[in-house]
Amino acid sequence: MAQEDVKLLGTLGSPFVCRVQIALKLKGVEYEFVAQDLQNKSEELLKYNPVHKKVPVLVHNEKPINESLVIVEYIDEAWKGKSILPTDPYQRALARFWAKFIDDKVFLAVWKSVFTIDENERETNIKEVHEAFQFLEDELKGKFFGGEEFGFVDIAAVNIAFWVPMLQEIAGLQLLTNENFPKLYKWSQEFLSKPTIKECLPPRDPIFGIFKGRYESLLASAK
Amino acid sequence: MANEVTLLDFWPSPFGMRVRIALAEKGIKYEYKDEDLRNKSPLLLKMNPVHKKIPVLIHNGKPICESLIAVQYIDEVWSDRSPLLPSDPYQRSQARFWADFVDKKIYDAGRKVWTTKGEEQEAGKKEFLDALKLLEEQLGDKPYFGGDNIGYVDVSLVPFYSWFKAYETFGNINIEKECPKFIAWAKRCLQKESVSKSLPDQDKVYGFIVEMRKKIGLE
Repeated sequence: MAQEDVKLLGTLGSPFVCRVQIALKLKGVEYEFVAQDLQNKSEELLKYNPVHKKVPVLVHNEKPINESLVIVEYIDEAWKGKSILPTDPYQRALARFWAKFIDDKVFLAVWKSVFTIDENERETNIKEVHEAFQFLEDELKGKFFGGEEFGFVDIAAVNIAFWVPMLQEIAGLQLLTNENFPKLYKWSQEFLSKPTIKECLPPRDPIFGIFKGRYESLLASAK
Repeated sequence: MANEVTLLDFWPSPFGMRVRIALAEKGIKYEYKDEDLRNKSPLLLKMNPVHKKIPVLIHNGKPICESLIAVQYIDEVWSDRSPLLPSDPYQRSQARFWADFVDKKIYDAGRKVWTTKGEEQEAGKKEFLDALKLLEEQLGDKPYFGGDNIGYVDVSLVPFYSWFKAYETFGNINIEKECPKFIAWAKRCLQKESVSKSLPDQDKVYGFIVEMRKKIGLE
């Protein structure tokens, strides 16, 4: 096998970075994690992602790939082993649709429902999150979005499983509970219990602490 | 098995144009249905219940929503001819990255150019032209983003060219002066039948935008 040099530029608390870590783990790819300080961006980050200057960046034999879902598809194609996307074109289209749905409809709404001091904005965004979660609830037909085993959409949804419970606890919200979205809630528990996933999640306490600090600063600034 | 293909679309939509080009490149016969977006058909609402948007590609009764997803689907199903994505995984990732860039930058910045005024419009104009210049750099000396023939990025981007008269008029910009390579590339694409038959005339789109501006109270 050719010499493999794989680096992942990332931060510990990012769900987008986590997606890539899960994909690399699934394929058994060894890599170097290069932690980034986004307040003081490294030359390496600016060199490998001049367009967006964001993480994650996967660098494979010195060639960079940017945007988490683009990276996950790349990983699926560049390395053999367990398939992340389905093989059937229609199933692939559906997987890409739901992953994009999560990117477009979940992240910002969750963020804005928590990190706001405007109660109207909070209510509007909570409603948007619930609408999005209802679509996902209805879409879940098996154990995972990928069927019996987790796949592309499950990986894309890692923020729902791990980050949403933290954020809702901090802000005292009920975004995802066993009562309001039982299938999605059960999915999150199943997903988080998979050894591959557990090994890729960041430690909860420090991340929780960072978000809580941010939330409290925001509330304090409103007074 | 019959190969039934329908496209739910709206003639000025650059997103719809992407799918039209992909279908034409592959030589696929299909039924085109133009939607009235103020009065969406039951078929559209049934086929895209999540977003209720066009374009929707329907293949043997099954819907594929989101233009770039539909283009990739077309490329994968009709993989025996006119490939849109490269075969090398790294090249594929770069094509996907740049198509995603077009999605993130061109439509929204362009929209600011024809719907806003003053500072917001100036910011939109700068964003729009900066994005075109970055894309010009990416193109380099190649005839197309796809290399010797049009590919995924070309398909994702060239539809916006049909909106250029509208952007130039309402934004008071001269795109050819700012981005001559971009214009040269767009005209090169238009020499291909799959593109010229899929893009409406710039004047027609301009007329549509004039009407839209009246409707949203900009005139």
